[in-house]
Amino acid sequence: MKAKHQRMWLVGAALLAIAVAALLALSGLQGQAAFFYAPSDVTPEVLRADRAVRLGGMVAGGSVVRAPDGVTVHFRVTDGRATTPVSFAGIVPDLFREGSGVVAEGRFRPDGSFVAANLLAKHDEKYMPPELAGKMHETKSLEQ
Amino acid sequence: MPALHALANPARFLKIARPLTAVFGWLGAALIAIGCWAGLTQTPPDYLQGESVRIMYVHVPAAWLGMGGWSGIAVSSIAFLVWRHPLAEIAARAIALPGAVFAAVCLATGAIWGRPTWGTYWQWDGRLTSMLLLFFVYLGYIALARADRERGGDGRIAALFGIAGTVLLPIIRYSVVWWNTLHQGASIGLTSSTIDRSILWPLPLMLGGFSFLFGAIVLMRMRTFLAVAKAEARMRRRARA
Repeated sequence: MKAKHQRMWLVGAALLAIAVAALLALSGLQGQAAFFYAPSDVTPEVLRADRAVRLGGMVAGGSVVRAPDGVTVHFRVTDGRATTPVSFAGIVPDLFREGSGVVAEGRFRPDGSFVAANLLAKHDEKYMPPELAGKMHETKSLEQ
Repeated sequence: MPALHALANPARFLKIARPLTAVFGWLGAALIAIGCWAGLTQTPPDYLQGESVRIMYVHVPAAWLGMGGWSGIAVSSIAFLVWRHPLAEIAARAIALPGAVFAAVCLATGAIWGRPTWGTYWQWDGRLTSMLLLFFVYLGYIALARADRERGGDGRIAALFGIAGTVLLPIIRYSVVWWNTLHQGASIGLTSSTIDRSILWPLPLMLGGFSFLFGAIVLMRMRTFLAVAKAEARMRRRARA
């Protein structure tokens, strides 16, 4: 009976250690595991280093402007605290919309604006039929 | 606990498992058939993603079972290590393969879904990467358990690995909460969901169907392992005689 209790304690301690390990991994990697920088995360260090980064946030409402050349799109990415102007030349994803999430891969220019080489659309966890969405909020797509 | 102790007797377990395999298998097949019909024809498309939202009916159950499978391995491993439950070790090994397959289905359907919605098949974001790690950990567990058995081990090493791998489950679950990721947050909570009811309702059918199918596969594999063990024991006895 004693051996069984000892094993129980050991397994309990192992589970506790695993929970702590998961917690440490989740909190410790918060800086490194971030998939993108939000506009308010962008520090001078990120700006100075001329390296490929991802910038993510919401496409600011009314900010999408198509350049006269027909392929370049200018828009602003915001996280509610800071806003970064972004330019991108290419085909935008279907889900790229004002007020919707976007992740831009590219580089910062010295003036703090961002040049995207690739755009990814990020959607939220709300799924609903079109009729309901039309009633609840006006989603403006690029085509409209 | 007395019910579990009664099941520790393989003969008694087999008596229940044999009919239960068929019940689970057919129930799973029926629920999946209804769920597929409903998910493909009876639900509206999503306002943003359009028709591609239907991949959810396969992707979400596969993800849940990929993670649920490892929970099963962990619980079985604990039962084996603490109580020396003879069927627990067999259960853990039986779960590993379907668990790995469902994790792979989750990754594959996620990639197919990601292309039209996000614009990419794969990105090294926290949720995708941690789920891929779980798939690799499954493969590691399968290889380790097999090697341990072939060398006449008692299964303790595999059981310890089964418990250690559990560290990934909270990381996968909370990756979308604690880290910023391309993958959206959880849609389904304990009491509420951000998926509209008209789109959501076939999902529980698919979830139930996949779970019953998973259960049927696990029972089938457990019966196979028991039969193999019995045949091996008989062969050993015959070799001695």
